Amino acid sequence: MTSAVLVLAMALTTMALRFLPFILFGKKTPAYISYLGKVLPSAIIALLVVYCLKDVAITEKPHGIPELIACISVVVTQVLKRNAVASIILGTIIYMALIRIV
Amino acid sequence: MMKTGEIIKQALYKSFPVMAGYIILGVGFGILLSNAGYGFVWALAMSVLIYAGSMQYVGISLLTGGASIIATIITTIMVNARHLFYSISMIDKYKETGKYKPYLIFALTDETYSLLCNDEGPSPDSVNQYRFFVSLFNQIYWVFGCVFGNLLGMVIPFSTKGIEFSMTALFVASFTEQWLTVRDHVPALTGLLCTALCLVIFGSEKILIPSMLLITLILTAIRRREEKVL
Repeated sequence: MTSAVLVLAMALTTMALRFLPFILFGKKTPAYISYLGKVLPSAIIALLVVYCLKDVAITEKPHGIPELIACISVVVTQVLKRNAVASIILGTIIYMALIRIV
Repeated sequence: MMKTGEIIKQALYKSFPVMAGYIILGVGFGILLSNAGYGFVWALAMSVLIYAGSMQYVGISLLTGGASIIATIITTIMVNARHLFYSISMIDKYKETGKYKPYLIFALTDETYSLLCNDEGPSPDSVNQYRFFVSLFNQIYWVFGCVFGNLLGMVIPFSTKGIEFSMTALFVASFTEQWLTVRDHVPALTGLLCTALCLVIFGSEKILIPSMLLITLILTAIRRREEKVL
């Protein structure tokens, strides 16, 4: 019973966070919020890249080398082919191979 | 008007990179939840209703620790505050989404956001359906992973070590694609540098909120300059 209430509290709070900006600014979007809407995506994607790599131990073996090589291969494939699915699959395979070899 | 089947195919293809990551992360969650003594109904309820990866992981310790409702709400706000930023940046894009709007907003996870924040879909008249299916497929992968992992318990038949890198690869590919499409690289660089700085200052445990605040602060400070470039 208590657990069900807690799950509901988590669900409703998460929903509130997702819906709040739309409820507050949805009808007539202030110019400042529109501006943030344009510049935030690039910045947040950059943040998520760093966030995913935050726990890589550079000072210990293998010094983040598998991550570095795999990331570079994703970037190179993306620049050459402009196909995200291909870049992601290739990068992941390279990473999985590298952590087994290194 | 594009055929619905064709839209579904495009959406499936777009969401494909998320599949592996969501199933693996979902299975991880399902296993932990089952170890904590909660069966598949709980895995189903949490992945359908909460649908936020890191929050569900944190949620397990809230459940087992017998947290209060207030503590649960505050923790949820801390862990999920970044969703405010995702929603802010999608207000204009999701303005004309009609009947799909409630679900599109509900299903805006990190990964769905990164797939859709720069994608106008295969054609202008089908973009809303396309967004709906990308969002829906992602949640289906997630719910499947959570329930499957929960039923599976501890038995994993093969070594999937390293497959979690597909999430990193997804963000790196999105980053590269944005870099190639957008002329103005200042926001991307701001994001990189601010997060790297916060990682050094605050450590890896809590970089999300400080980074988002710092990014918003700097982007606000350079607004006049940026508005000219945009």
